[in-house]
Amino acid sequence: MALPLLLGQLLALMGPGDAFYLEVRELEEKCFIQEIPDGTVVIGNYKTELYDPAMEKYQPSPQWINLFVFVKDPENKNLLARQYGPQGSFTFTSQSPGEHQICLHLESIRFALFYDGKLAIHLDMQLGERSNDYAEFAAKDKLTQLHLRVQQLVEQVELIQKEQEYQRWREERFRQTSESTNQRVLWWSILQTFILVATGVWQMQHLKSFFKAKKLV
Amino acid sequence: MGPAGARPGSLLLLLLLLLRAERPRGAELTFELPDSAKQCFHEDVERGAKFSLDYQVITGGHYDVDCYVEDPLGKTIYRETKKQYDSFTHRAEVKGVYQFCFSNEFSTFSHKTVYFDFQVGDEPPILPDMGNRVTALTQMESACVTIHEALKTVIDSQTHYRLREAQDRARAEELSSRVSYWSVGETVALFLVSFGQVLLLKSFFTEKRPAPRVVHSQSLRPAPSTELPS
Repeated sequence: MALPLLLGQLLALMGPGDAFYLEVRELEEKCFIQEIPDGTVVIGNYKTELYDPAMEKYQPSPQWINLFVFVKDPENKNLLARQYGPQGSFTFTSQSPGEHQICLHLESIRFALFYDGKLAIHLDMQLGERSNDYAEFAAKDKLTQLHLRVQQLVEQVELIQKEQEYQRWREERFRQTSESTNQRVLWWSILQTFILVATGVWQMQHLKSFFKAKKLV
Repeated sequence: MGPAGARPGSLLLLLLLLLRAERPRGAELTFELPDSAKQCFHEDVERGAKFSLDYQVITGGHYDVDCYVEDPLGKTIYRETKKQYDSFTHRAEVKGVYQFCFSNEFSTFSHKTVYFDFQVGDEPPILPDMGNRVTALTQMESACVTIHEALKTVIDSQTHYRLREAQDRARAEELSSRVSYWSVGETVALFLVSFGQVLLLKSFFTEKRPAPRVVHSQSLRPAPSTELPS
């Protein structure tokens, strides 16, 4: 019974570890775009480090450096706007399909960095199915290896199905945009032809009456 | 300790192995690259590990970006300019931090959205002890492995279709708004030109009449005032 707790704690320690990282300065905002279907759970594991010029390498960040995470959904609504510690994970669930924007920036909450502080953010974003942990599964339900393999396949197929549904929604939007462009071109062309003919006729009539008044015709 | 007692112990071992196991480090991200900007990413790679970088430009300008990859010693192992999409794999000879950068410095006003997929190492097994088997896989297990690989290919191609579709949809939406603006602009121009023509034509046949008449009459009749009395 204590073991699941231990399991959970140890799994939480398994952050992004040596995932890839990008260098930022304090308050510099970096944004990423994720195009995802609705109902997708996104988990972002991150770890920040501060560059130590004396040792010429990155050291884990002190507690007074916080990460601000802003997530905007395709309709520009705020899904997540929170402040996190120097290490941990953030998570959100998409409510509508489309392009979500995830913006991060680091801020020191106590005092500004003295030197031109270089910071590094290690980031590891996982979508949907890959957030499952098989070791936990195996422990809980005492599954055989074959069962685990089949479980992995089932999850992959579910991911494919979800992506296909999303593809259907996207194609419909694309078709709507194309059809609206087609309509617009058609109606504007007809309207402009009418305007052209009407102004031509008006021009001739106006000039004819003008010349008649001037007694030149 | 019977089998019941051995299970928590083996589980802990499993967990410790999992902590040290090499996970498929990698990232698949889409980010916005402003004009005249460069964005670099760094990754720590072990010696002998194979890594691959796929990237594609989704929106912006001529859909091209510069990309280069540097090893920990500063040597450029890959460099391409103005590429729309490309794939690059390399086996790391030096252990350390590899850097790959995307540059939009050649463009002065178009933001680019770039997608990249960076994978290091091979995919680890679901459970660590499945990796070092002494016996051959059963038929069921080999079938599972085959299906798994095939599904990975399907997921990859779905990603590529999604990127292509995003690119086309962005272009279609831009076309739609351009058609609107252009139509309104042309209607306004049409009105201005037709009114302008009429006004200009009317101005040819008015006010300027007095000036030509005076010149005309002077050249035909000699002016009496010019002759001096002799």
